Amino acid sequence: MYLAKVYVTYKQSILNPEAEAIKDAVVRMGYDDVKDLTLGKYFEVKIDGTNVEHEIDEICDKLLANVNMESYRYEIEELEAAK
Amino acid sequence: MKFAILSFPGSNCEMDLYHAINDVMGETAELVSFKKDSLDDYDAALVPGGFSYGDYLRGGAIARFSPIIKALGEFADTGKPVLGICNGFQILTEAGLLPGVLQKNTSAKFVCKPVELYVNNNDTVFTNQYESGQTITLPVAHGEGNYFCDQETLKDLEANNQIVFKYRDNPNGSVENIAGIINKAGNVLGMMPHPERAVEELLGSADGKGMFESIINSMVSRGIVYE
Repeated sequence: MYLAKVYVTYKQSILNPEAEAIKDAVVRMGYDDVKDLTLGKYFEVKIDGTNVEHEIDEICDKLLANVNMESYRYEIEELEAAK
Repeated sequence: MKFAILSFPGSNCEMDLYHAINDVMGETAELVSFKKDSLDDYDAALVPGGFSYGDYLRGGAIARFSPIIKALGEFADTGKPVLGICNGFQILTEAGLLPGVLQKNTSAKFVCKPVELYVNNNDTVFTNQYESGQTITLPVAHGEGNYFCDQETLKDLEANNQIVFKYRDNPNGSVENIAGIINKAGNVLGMMPHPERAVEELLGSADGKGMFESIINSMVSRGIVYE
């Protein structure tokens, strides 16, 4: 069994008004040092099989990310079998 | 003629469309469940607004994997008209039937008000009852209506006259003030404003009626309708 940690973020060219609003709030809280803040989605997918990377790529391309405005990256780790 | 109104868990404009077609236009519309896998019995398909699957992940992202969307793709391939409104537009872009994507409004606010639209292309199945350059007023109600596509796609849309409606006063940040686009083949249109909510003066505007008249007119003139 594997655990895929998938991160979906907006492409740089895409303005994300939610992230802007959060950044403004952070600055208003007094953290003037904050210059930029982005927001994205995080998924944990437990997956079995021999072609895990290929399947995760497909799942990201088809559903988890909209490649028109988002990009994704992931890390895959092997989970220890339960004893 | 017979319209299919696709309905998904979370659709909320399907009855407005039903009223517009059956009561105002005097044609026949039926609700078709997202679980169905055929649209063979219909002349035109309407994808309504709402929040299909709660807009989980992204508007339209999950609805597009419903069995009915596969059928909708086959239906569109036959050249029959498909109109997606609001969440319906989002579903059509997610399904790849139209290019681009609907992002969050730049204001980060849900915008709900009547807006003025410019009819940029009246030579379509959906807009032939309007004058070119006519201004019509339709309501919008969306949080994710900010149309975006890459520069290459935008050039394509302009070159092929696929931008059908533009906002007079952009409410959501859409590129080139785009309110509605059509596919290259000219039979699939997606738009954020709601023509079905503007089919009687009592509702504040009857400007949306022209769209349904256009669809019916083009089907009749192509001899597709049998009484």
